[in-house]
Amino acid sequence: MDFQGRTTVDETDEGPSGAAREHLVVIGNGMAGCRAIEELLARDAGRFRVTIFGAEPHVNYNRIMLSPVLAGEKTFEQIVINDAAWYADNAIDLIAGDPVIAVDRAAKTVTARSGRSVAYDRLLIATGSDPFIIPVPGKDLPGVISFRDMNDVDAMLAAADKGGDAVVIGGGLLGLEAAHGLTLRGMKVTVLHLMPTLMERQLDEAAGWLLKTELERRGQTVLTGADTAEIVGETCVEGVRLKDGRLIPASLVVMAVGIRPSTGLAREAGLAVGRGIQVDDHMVTSDPAVLAVGECVEHDGQVYGLVAPLWDMCRALADGLVGQPTGYRGSVTSTKLKVSGIDVFSAGDFSGGDGAEDIVLRDASRGVYKRVIVKGDRIVGAVLYGDTADGGWYFDLLKKQEDIADLRDLLIFGQAFASGGGASAPKAAVAALSDDAEICGCNGVSKGQVVASIAGGACSLDAVRATCKASASCGSCTGLVENLLALTLGDDVKAGPKTLCKCTSFTHSDVRREIVEQGLRSIPEVMQALHWSTPDGCSSCRPALNYYLLCALPGDYVDDQQSRFVNERMHANIQKDGTYSVVPRMWGGLTNPRELRAIADVVEKFNAPMVKVTGGQRLDIFGIKKEDLPAVWADLNAAGMVSGHAYGKSLRTVKTCVGSEWCRFGTQDSTGLGVQIERMTWGSWMPHKFKIAVSGCPRNCAEATIKDFGVVCVDSGFELHVGGNGGIKVRATDFLCKVTTEQQAMDYCAAFTQLYREDAWYLERTAPWIERVGLDYIKARIVDDEVGREALTSRFLFSQSFSQDDPWAARAAGAEREQHAHLGEFRPIEILAAE
Amino acid sequence: MTGDWIDIGAVVEIPLRGARTVPVAGGEEIALFRTGDDRVFALVNRCPHKHGPLSQGIIHGHAVACPLHNWRISLETGEALGEDKGCVPTVPVRVDAGRILIARLALLATAIAA
Repeated sequence: MDFQGRTTVDETDEGPSGAAREHLVVIGNGMAGCRAIEELLARDAGRFRVTIFGAEPHVNYNRIMLSPVLAGEKTFEQIVINDAAWYADNAIDLIAGDPVIAVDRAAKTVTARSGRSVAYDRLLIATGSDPFIIPVPGKDLPGVISFRDMNDVDAMLAAADKGGDAVVIGGGLLGLEAAHGLTLRGMKVTVLHLMPTLMERQLDEAAGWLLKTELERRGQTVLTGADTAEIVGETCVEGVRLKDGRLIPASLVVMAVGIRPSTGLAREAGLAVGRGIQVDDHMVTSDPAVLAVGECVEHDGQVYGLVAPLWDMCRALADGLVGQPTGYRGSVTSTKLKVSGIDVFSAGDFSGGDGAEDIVLRDASRGVYKRVIVKGDRIVGAVLYGDTADGGWYFDLLKKQEDIADLRDLLIFGQAFASGGGASAPKAAVAALSDDAEICGCNGVSKGQVVASIAGGACSLDAVRATCKASASCGSCTGLVENLLALTLGDDVKAGPKTLCKCTSFTHSDVRREIVEQGLRSIPEVMQALHWSTPDGCSSCRPALNYYLLCALPGDYVDDQQSRFVNERMHANIQKDGTYSVVPRMWGGLTNPRELRAIADVVEKFNAPMVKVTGGQRLDIFGIKKEDLPAVWADLNAAGMVSGHAYGKSLRTVKTCVGSEWCRFGTQDSTGLGVQIERMTWGSWMPHKFKIAVSGCPRNCAEATIKDFGVVCVDSGFELHVGGNGGIKVRATDFLCKVTTEQQAMDYCAAFTQLYREDAWYLERTAPWIERVGLDYIKARIVDDEVGREALTSRFLFSQSFSQDDPWAARAAGAEREQHAHLGEFRPIEILAAE
Repeated sequence: MTGDWIDIGAVVEIPLRGARTVPVAGGEEIALFRTGDDRVFALVNRCPHKHGPLSQGIIHGHAVACPLHNWRISLETGEALGEDKGCVPTVPVRVDAGRILIARLALLATAIAA
């Protein structure tokens, strides 16, 4: 998105009220500048004419989410806060990619690098901060970058594509997030940190050590007490030399030692500047016409490098601009590390000091460390590692300076314990939060805003996400939002879609979407990225995740056997006595003497107590022992038969009648078409079992109208039916459409199957799926949208190119032999003899 | 075989979150489970509900879901979890230098119990 070179709005083309409006010019298109405008628009949209200058050629994006972009968990599009439409809708003139280089306070104009000059009535400076570059030799070599904006991320991604070694200088929040991202991108990363422990400004020694251990376990090298002497290299960076003489090779050096307020412009304009641009409680600088907000300011002697204070400042600023000043009183801050799977929380002062007492809990086996610092029955700081669930609670007690004398004994065990435990604890926890407690860190949404959104009619999680953005980004606060919904609405909460299982607050649809959007590639990765509450899921979510990944990444995802139900792991049906039954495929219900003989031989050879004709026109051989399965498959394979997948969430049968070839009513070759369809669809994994039938005439002998996909041949072509179910709840199919050729029938079948595969929840058959999404939706995707249908068909066929191999053949040939063998065997006599 | 503990194989012969079985002549089959955090547990291979082979279930955390009716059984105590009630005998097991050892007496006990 490049807005460079866009001209400003013609000042004569303003509309009737335009001329009277004051012109507010904002320097800085970042989180503070745009947030300030958002706050202002919310209060009085017509008050100012707004022009925003941005140094970067982008719309407003969420800078704190750069780490997930680097780590590949988000794309740039996903971290955009306000897209181009927002600027247009609010008549904001965005001049991006053209930084302001001078402010003339006397003439009330700003001048940009391109020479463009714009007059203002009020000026808002939101220039943020600049990365601090340590002044060592070699700091300007190509390959030495900071971690501050999208340019830096792009540079890191480009470097990571080439692989090799990276050095990150700085073991603080930003440095560790950069190191994490580069590690995930395949670089070998060394973190150099000057201090003895990581994140020493946020963490104490114990937590810093735990963090270091975990990073090293993930393959990073962490050198503490490492003082950089110089960056070496001829034409580009080749390594970093430490003062103790060590040389660490690197093709990329990321400098992340800190930031400092960007005050150059303000200083040159003659504004009062200390560590930052000095502002009063209403964010007004030493010049009444000039305001400043964000990381570039100094308020009451404090400068901030975190996002939460910025929200507070922007509220105060907007209140002041519309003439209802409230005033900013400074912020107490907390931090979290955005490195997936490492939970770190820190708030307040943890350095101890006079009268400070520590309450510490360590749980080595869980890797949990908690420390709460108390002074005079008030919490002054907290450090949590490994379990940060109570971070918000401690932070709230800290901010409100609550007396914790009564809680003290239980304080360290967290809120659930301290407030009496029990099932109601999570709700009590959010109930206890103050209105300004932050719920969603990604979007800066407070409890009060979430409650207001619920009071305004949002009665489901999705509605809250849509109205106030809480939980719409990384999703880690979903549980809190749900508790707020329950708390505010009681029984009126629209029981949104059910969560996938108890291990997650995400629904099936959420999980499927996140897998695709975040490019998640394995079950552990999904669990990590989506904050699973259990170490390795449960018997409900693991098979579902395995399927979702398989469907999203055909040919790429490595199937996880341990996440498959026993039937799919053993490629046979487990029966009540622990033996298995075996169903070979009979294409379209056809068989021949050779196959029948092979089946008869297997039945005799393995003493199968029963053979049964199934409802899907096949033969089911019962009573096979687990250890005999490979031999059974080998014999059936030898007769040319393959697995019927009667055990799987997959295509089962294609039932047919005899059609025009034999039947006096048959209109088309239903048997032949059934065989063709089965050849196309066999082996495909599905959300649930899937059955197809082809009937040769409207007498419907193949019962096509109670199948997931049914074809009824008629004189003029093929009627296609979907969503039938002959199971617990009988449902006749819905009529989808009529087509004229066999090829069309096949293509529509593939498209419908793929839509179901990509869309339905795991263990949801087509009947409930269609009732959930509506037949109109299915028709829109399959019948009306020709291009979409063809895409679905080709995605199905692509996926099939990987899945159509016979699992029996592999097992019969010896794959995973141990699945069928015992680990050992014992005879008690020998055990006694050994005594 | 070493004293009161009997070596039945290497830990690595069981996949993570997987299980293997050890039949005992004249006794109950024993199921050995290796969990995601690399602990090894042993239970009699029989769900207290309808005798499903627990070794064939999905292992999650320190529990296994029976393949027949999805009862969840604690690998630590053998107790059914959640609303279900029932218990399967646990078998003392330990890991030494990558080898899995089962208590001799426990093996005898399953034979005698049968």
